Amino acid sequence: MSESILSEVLTPKASRWKFVLSEFKPKASLWTMFNLISVPTVLVAAVIIVIRFIYGLSAVSNVTQTVPWGLWKGFNVVTGVAFAGGAYVLTFMVYILGLEKYKPLVRVTVLNGFLAYTFYAFALILDLGKPWNIINPIIGNSFGTSSILFLVAWHFMLYIVAQLIEFSPTVAEWLGSERARRNLKRLTLGAVVFGITLSTLHQSGLGALFLMAKGKIHPLWYSEFIPTLFFISSIFAGLSMVIFQGSILQRVFAYQMDAHSDEHHNIMIRGLSRVCAIAMFAYFFLKIIDMVHNHTLGYLTTTMGAWYLVEMIGFVLIPMILFVYGVRMGTPQLIKLAALMTLIGIILNRMNVSVIAYRWDEIPRYIPTWMEWVVTVSIIFVQIWIFRWVIHRMPVLRTMETMTARVKD
Amino acid sequence: MSINRREFLKTMGIAGASLSGVTALGASKSELESSEFYSILHDITLCEGCQECEFACAKANNLPAPADGDYPDSSKKRVLKPNQYSVINAVESTAGEVYTKQQCMHCAQPACASACLTQAMHKTAEGPVTWTEGKCMGCRYCMISCPFDIPKFEFDDNNPKIGKCQMCFSRLQAGQVPACVENCPAGALSFGKRSAILREAHQRILDDPDGYVDHVYGEFEAGGTSWLNISPVPFDELGFKTNLETKPYPELTKGFLYSVPSVFILWPALLMGLREATRRDDKVGENHE
Repeated sequence: MSESILSEVLTPKASRWKFVLSEFKPKASLWTMFNLISVPTVLVAAVIIVIRFIYGLSAVSNVTQTVPWGLWKGFNVVTGVAFAGGAYVLTFMVYILGLEKYKPLVRVTVLNGFLAYTFYAFALILDLGKPWNIINPIIGNSFGTSSILFLVAWHFMLYIVAQLIEFSPTVAEWLGSERARRNLKRLTLGAVVFGITLSTLHQSGLGALFLMAKGKIHPLWYSEFIPTLFFISSIFAGLSMVIFQGSILQRVFAYQMDAHSDEHHNIMIRGLSRVCAIAMFAYFFLKIIDMVHNHTLGYLTTTMGAWYLVEMIGFVLIPMILFVYGVRMGTPQLIKLAALMTLIGIILNRMNVSVIAYRWDEIPRYIPTWMEWVVTVSIIFVQIWIFRWVIHRMPVLRTMETMTARVKD
Repeated sequence: MSINRREFLKTMGIAGASLSGVTALGASKSELESSEFYSILHDITLCEGCQECEFACAKANNLPAPADGDYPDSSKKRVLKPNQYSVINAVESTAGEVYTKQQCMHCAQPACASACLTQAMHKTAEGPVTWTEGKCMGCRYCMISCPFDIPKFEFDDNNPKIGKCQMCFSRLQAGQVPACVENCPAGALSFGKRSAILREAHQRILDDPDGYVDHVYGEFEAGGTSWLNISPVPFDELGFKTNLETKPYPELTKGFLYSVPSVFILWPALLMGLREATRRDDKVGENHE
């Protein structure tokens, strides 16, 4: 079957649509464990979303008047964007610093970033009270230019476009159009420079959103440095996601990997681990300076202080040390564990700032409903479906040549 | 908004150098003198907790009137709701039972208006902070930002509104005073230009230093608000927020917003420079791939 597809790739135009249509057919068995779980979950989520738009947010969500942002904003948007930070860090390393050895990771990371941003924009729309008015800050009839959220929203949109441009040569290759690929490739550097600039500002901007919530966020998490802290942590959050995702991809898409790539992958992972460890050290150090500067050390003995130490020691300091040891001892297992712990630490941090430590003094606490969880997880599931569809078909993990070579064998 | 901000501070006599940068743009002298925010004073020593203001508020804003049995009682805390813009609470204090009134404070430089990405929340030249339904996206960032936790959201509606006091903006435009002020039988509410109301508040404290604590709540809280309170007991006893900034909340985001244009200009230049500097010689002239 794949042979016929490739012959169509090589004969342009006339058969291209036929080819695209054929690509929509499933390539593997649909009866996988992942599908058995994800399909019903997403169907339930679809029903929940319908209920949400008929009866309002409170029909499915537990958000309150005092804690108005819940799981959908705190996890899908605020945390998800940090996880998608790998794309700007890697494009910086490869296209700006010219570190060619990381190139094999760029396409898959940019694809992941693009999908993440697109789906988190969708999560945001679910959470908006009047989503049809989302055009207001876009078309210019009412620009709230003094708003950090205005800045973040625009950067979000523009960055989705930048990532699409960065990924577009891959699509052109898939469609077999060499000319389109060459032309789109010319846009890459511009998109990368623009994308890194936008990322710097909206990653830190997501933190700056909470600057006005002074007094409403627990002093251990509130800081004037919050934009800087969000920016630095997006570096190691993004790279940890690249490492973690890489270890899963190697298993799931094993047929696309060869022994040679395995070796190279470990070299890349070690390099990224070093970057993570350094960024985490800077982050940890800045947190300590902030704590001393704001005289918040005293809070460490309270319940919230213990929770803070769980985040800072358990999921920043320890994974940082694990990264260093993993690199020293050359054990990928340790590095993967460190990456996973770092990701949990980022979830804790972002959820703490936006939901848990936000109005920490308020009783009763906001606890998400099972319906909020189902929607949150479903958004990730659908994202994985599309990701998987693309990886199976486009030259993301492997080059077009290796795809062709495999068929010829 | 920036003009109002400036006028306000000027009137207050605390216009500092800190504001000159952004806000001085384009405001002529006559504009500065032509208007000043309206203000309302709640004198807690005079309030009898009769709820007339609540009923008047509900009527003026087409909201349901407080239910039977929903009256101020020191054993429970009544809260603002999307359809209740003003609440009276009874508080057992060291000066006996007193009544507090909670509603939007109408900050001089409101966090909500600076947070709003569609200008749905807007500080009017007259003083009220208004909300425009057609602009609002329902993102609730105003609720996150408001230091007084005032805006309330209709979570149970598929076309939700933000509910909060708008200082009867339409009545002000028609030359009337806000409904609560007009209907207060105890004379606990006074309405006027802010400088006059503030002078009045201080005068009452001066005239009866034993009857009041020497604190006009709202004079400096959150950088100054249009709503002012004077009380016989310290405000923290009454459940007022006393951990607030004395500078306007939008100032907290100023540093970040100022850095945005710099990053936007400097980053691309820096990145391109770095790229050129790290490019290997044998690659010069080659397409960047």
